[in-house]
Amino acid sequence: MAYVPLADQDAETEMHHPHSWVTKYVWSQDHKVIAIQYGGIAIAVGCVALVLSLLMRMQLGFPETFDLIDPSSYYQSVTMHGMIMVVYLLTALFLGGFGNYLIPLMCGARDMVFPFLNMLSVWVYLLSVLILMASFFVGGGPTGAGWTLYPPQTSMAGTPGNGMGIILMLVSLAVFIVAFTMGGLNYVTTVFQYRCRGLTMMRLPLSVWGILVATILGLFAFPALLVSAVMMLFDTLLGTSFFMPAIIESGTPLDYDGGSPILFQHLFWFFGHPEVYIVALPAFGLVSDVLSTHARKNIFGYRMMVWAIIAIGGLSFIVWAHHMYVSGMNPYFGFFFATTTLIIAVPTALKVYNWVLTLWEGDIRLNAPMYFAIGFIFTFIHGGLTGLFLGNVVIDLPLSDTYFVVAHFHMVMGVSPVLVLFAALYHWYPKVTGRMYHEGMAKVHFWCTFIGTYAIYLPMHYLGFLGVPRRYYAMGTTDFIPESAQDLNTAITIAALFVGVSQLLFFINIFWSLRNGKEAGPNPWGSASLEWQTPDTPPAHGNWGDELPTVYRWAYDYSVPGAHQDFIPQNTPESEEPTVDDQHFDPDHDVSKADL
Amino acid sequence: MSLFKQLTDKPWERKGVIGGLRPEGVFESPPERVALGLFLTVASVIFSLLAVSYVLRMSLPDWTPLADPSQLWLNTALLVISSVLFQWARNTANAGKQKNLMTAFVGGGVFALLFIAGQMLTWDNLQASGYFMASNPANSFFYLLTGIHIAHLLGGLWVWSKSSIRLISGGKPEDLRLSIELCTLYWHFLLIVWLIMFAMLSNT
Repeated sequence: MAYVPLADQDAETEMHHPHSWVTKYVWSQDHKVIAIQYGGIAIAVGCVALVLSLLMRMQLGFPETFDLIDPSSYYQSVTMHGMIMVVYLLTALFLGGFGNYLIPLMCGARDMVFPFLNMLSVWVYLLSVLILMASFFVGGGPTGAGWTLYPPQTSMAGTPGNGMGIILMLVSLAVFIVAFTMGGLNYVTTVFQYRCRGLTMMRLPLSVWGILVATILGLFAFPALLVSAVMMLFDTLLGTSFFMPAIIESGTPLDYDGGSPILFQHLFWFFGHPEVYIVALPAFGLVSDVLSTHARKNIFGYRMMVWAIIAIGGLSFIVWAHHMYVSGMNPYFGFFFATTTLIIAVPTALKVYNWVLTLWEGDIRLNAPMYFAIGFIFTFIHGGLTGLFLGNVVIDLPLSDTYFVVAHFHMVMGVSPVLVLFAALYHWYPKVTGRMYHEGMAKVHFWCTFIGTYAIYLPMHYLGFLGVPRRYYAMGTTDFIPESAQDLNTAITIAALFVGVSQLLFFINIFWSLRNGKEAGPNPWGSASLEWQTPDTPPAHGNWGDELPTVYRWAYDYSVPGAHQDFIPQNTPESEEPTVDDQHFDPDHDVSKADL
Repeated sequence: MSLFKQLTDKPWERKGVIGGLRPEGVFESPPERVALGLFLTVASVIFSLLAVSYVLRMSLPDWTPLADPSQLWLNTALLVISSVLFQWARNTANAGKQKNLMTAFVGGGVFALLFIAGQMLTWDNLQASGYFMASNPANSFFYLLTGIHIAHLLGGLWVWSKSSIRLISGGKPEDLRLSIELCTLYWHFLLIVWLIMFAMLSNT
């Protein structure tokens, strides 16, 4: 069967018109509705994880003052906070949320290739979230094994949630992976096969490149988690010994023999490290587009940026054992993984330079998304540099179990991607809703988040150098930890509470602006990429009206010498002189300069 | 245009419509086939990781090899017949013929069902002989690997059953050609996976 170009396909058969409220908003096959569903679920479950982290901080900052959690629920909070944030919030929001919304629009398509599968994906994702949340309500509570779920302690007495808790966690992860695979096949196939006329791969915005490569990473990395989750379920439920060694529990030998916990660690981190980049690469892509648009300048080194995304994606599969230095390994292995870890810093640093050089001599407009994007460059450089420390075996060994690691990974894959998420949410909010958010409130939100997170994580590096161990419910009294460390912990907790509460500004802003925001117009930022050129805002079902767009140029034609305005949309032919009118650009709605 | 050439393209220099109706870099294939190719790669990763785990776990001292049940040869033959029938159905549909199409396509699925029944019978026999899942890691891996392979077959059978119903209710070979072709590809893949798995289980 021959390939049928997208432009020749019958628009009616592709569009799956909804006929009722239920098919429009609940069982919707429209990628934009699915994106909002994905985003809504992810942010809701992320709030649960945020509250858990605040509970932990209350305990650490004010030990023996509050009676909110006991040691068991502390470990359960650590575990659920980590797993929810990494998998159920960041992965789902970047790929399920932004991937779904932006891929068809940026590719000039009417929808994803397989809309039904797409719909199934979000509902299976919801199922996985519900299974995970159910573990809060079962006997013994959720698992407290740490988000890495290392055996044998996951299913041993003494670990909270070693019964139903761990089972529900493993089942939920397996269900999530099924949902992700359905979505992931869709995203990749859509980018490859459903690009509109003239849209070559190298004309795609970097957002699509980041999401594409991250999805491919996910498709290859999640199987490792699936395999380890299934094998661990067998160990827990059926008494096999894939990972469980011969072990004594409370003086009684258990019925396990000869399993390899290290095998689990390898499988887990074969997933776990690419997972870092599953979160980071879409963030890299989105932030590139935000920086370029608000700096009114093409992204610096577009080709290098694409190559760097691909190189980072490839390298991310051969660095996993740097998470296992303290588990013990052949020194040559340690040397190999330390080397590959340092090599991955090369394409990553290249991206950072290119972001900074994009800003260089740009006509920078300091809108809220730009605040968050520039904030990301700061936090990412800080998180990235401490990664260079920890990538070395000799430095990692003493620091591995301290707050230094907590500070590192929160800066690099907590705060940084979240700042990009906010940048992207504010940047695309006018397209999604047709209204502008409140600029002032967004900027206050930025400063609270940016300064607040620094107040949380910078002191943690110092705690790490002091040797304060992570994962501890209470520090007690030890000779090597000075009393001032506790003062620092209190300060960190106050900062964390401040940051947590200040996120309310975001929610107030987006809900308030739904009704009260100014009309945004189709292209408030004067953006060149395709999603801003839709005939309707918010884009109607089918995205493009009667005719699919044709692309004549790349997505970064900003401040082109000789052009009448400082951007040329991708669908403007070379011969056509761009004017204000034919780009749907209404100067009355040019809010991009509103606050300057 | 090759992938390397595409990636070295300088998009800021080239303006205008490139590639006409079909943008550069699009595979000359319906999206369903591209998606299946991608899925087969994902499934290969799953089976490869299981194979790696098998080899690593095997090197530990408590490993007692499983006696190779002779029934597996019969099961293998059933899956081979299933794959051959699917290939026959694909060739028939590609030639636009109706004759024997239903026999070949429906028959292919039925033989896959027989393979699954055979595997389950093998499980029963192993249990009856005392080879329980938890008694040795070699047994555990046998049940796990064959189970995951069956799960993949069941997924394929779901698609097969939908296409079969369309075929039986008078669907034209032209309309079903793609489904039949993709089922065939999937079945060949699962046959190859099974043959590798069988070789691994028998020789260790």
